[in-house]
Amino acid sequence: MSDTTGESQTHTIRLELVDEPGELLGALEPISEAGGNLMSIYHERGNVTPRGHIPVEVDVSCAPDRFERIVDSLREGGVNVIQAGSERYDEELVVLLVGHLVDTDLSDTLQQVEACANASLTDLSLSAPRGNDDSSSARLRLKTKSGTTDAVLSTLREIADGKDLHVIEPLTEGTQ
Amino acid sequence: MTGARLAVLGVGAVGRSVVELADEYGHTVTAVADSSSAAIDPDGIDTDAVLKRKADEGVVGDSDPDAALDADYDVLVEATPTTLGDAEPGFSHIAHALNRDNHAVLANKGPVAERYGDLRELEADSDGQIRFEATVGGAIPICSTIDDFGADHITAARGVLNGTANFILSRMAAEGLDYDHVLAEAQDLGVAEADPTFDVEGIDAALKFVILSNVLADGDEEYTLDDATVEGITDIPGTALELAAEDGRTIRLIGEATPDGVRVGPRLVPDDGPLSVTGTLNIVQLETTHADRLNISGRGAGGPETATAVLSDVSRLVD
Repeated sequence: MSDTTGESQTHTIRLELVDEPGELLGALEPISEAGGNLMSIYHERGNVTPRGHIPVEVDVSCAPDRFERIVDSLREGGVNVIQAGSERYDEELVVLLVGHLVDTDLSDTLQQVEACANASLTDLSLSAPRGNDDSSSARLRLKTKSGTTDAVLSTLREIADGKDLHVIEPLTEGTQ
Repeated sequence: MTGARLAVLGVGAVGRSVVELADEYGHTVTAVADSSSAAIDPDGIDTDAVLKRKADEGVVGDSDPDAALDADYDVLVEATPTTLGDAEPGFSHIAHALNRDNHAVLANKGPVAERYGDLRELEADSDGQIRFEATVGGAIPICSTIDDFGADHITAARGVLNGTANFILSRMAAEGLDYDHVLAEAQDLGVAEADPTFDVEGIDAALKFVILSNVLADGDEEYTLDDATVEGITDIPGTALELAAEDGRTIRLIGEATPDGVRVGPRLVPDDGPLSVTGTLNIVQLETTHADRLNISGRGAGGPETATAVLSDVSRLVD
């Protein structure tokens, strides 16, 4: 018999940590203490928030009531919890961006992508030729909330259009 | 239809191959015309002599080209160059054949992509039929496969229907070369035309997917090139193909004919997937209601290849 109510499900918690040793470990302790099963940790070290903190995304599997306890104890421990919910980023989307990526402020482009509520950037590869005249390419790997691929692609197209870039979208159907 | 008498309009690569191969398929060419001349013989023209004269003198005979329209024939083969908009003069040629209750077989994409409804209306008032297998995917039997399944049992078509663009993308990926370099190579090899606009801007592929949409809609809706969202491959840098390859993918100029409309553009596809055909090969994938996916691949262009589709269409015509 389980002493919890409700079935286990995966929850995503988005945290902001100060860039100091031990911060991540300190944030994860309440999760294991409350019996949450840690599914994945995405530590965006290269990406600093406007306040100079490091965003961390944690997927935890547990029953809903335990999840609330985890979030409460994180907050009590002084951890900055930005977002906590049961929605899960469970679809992967890979797109290419081509064009004058560097000239059009790549970091601004990526921030616009990150601002997209349904997607989270998990990997970036850039290939820029030597000269500034040639166009360059970037491969973006995104985690998207299930069922939002079309919306995310449409947002990406808008961002690209604004900078005269091209999105090479995946063919999501018929490729098996 | 067996032992048909053919009037062939247009003596480009396809028209010439139809004239050459007609006899092998049991048909007789009674008239052939290019843009400035015609050769007509109710008993069958001397195909070797006519094609030699075309090669040597640039004309096929001494008659006026319009005379071919009034010649004795059962099937008009429309193989003049594709034109957009009103699709003339191809459209009028077909109208002429249907008005005299003869059949028309098209290799010219213009009338089927731009004036599908008009064509079907003319056909409804005629004892003649139209067929156009050669307009989509060269030798690949796509339209006839859709006919066999029934358009209402196919929900979407997608794939690669332009060999020039596919050649360029697969060479760029394999050799790590840039677009301009590979285009020049393709032009040297005769894979790309001196003016490659139609192919590399996606227009040719779009016309084919517009035709497929018309076939799949089966009269419920009519599509033209204006309804298609089209993007070409000219802006793709070599680095994009490298990044795709690192991730087990590649880029192909993919067309889609779905209930949402017609769309052609460069897309990421798995490197080892069915749609990643290489070189000038074409592939079409049909999404069926009860039999999942059907992939048909083969040579999508070339004189003899496309003539094969024309002559198969002639055989499919019902007297």
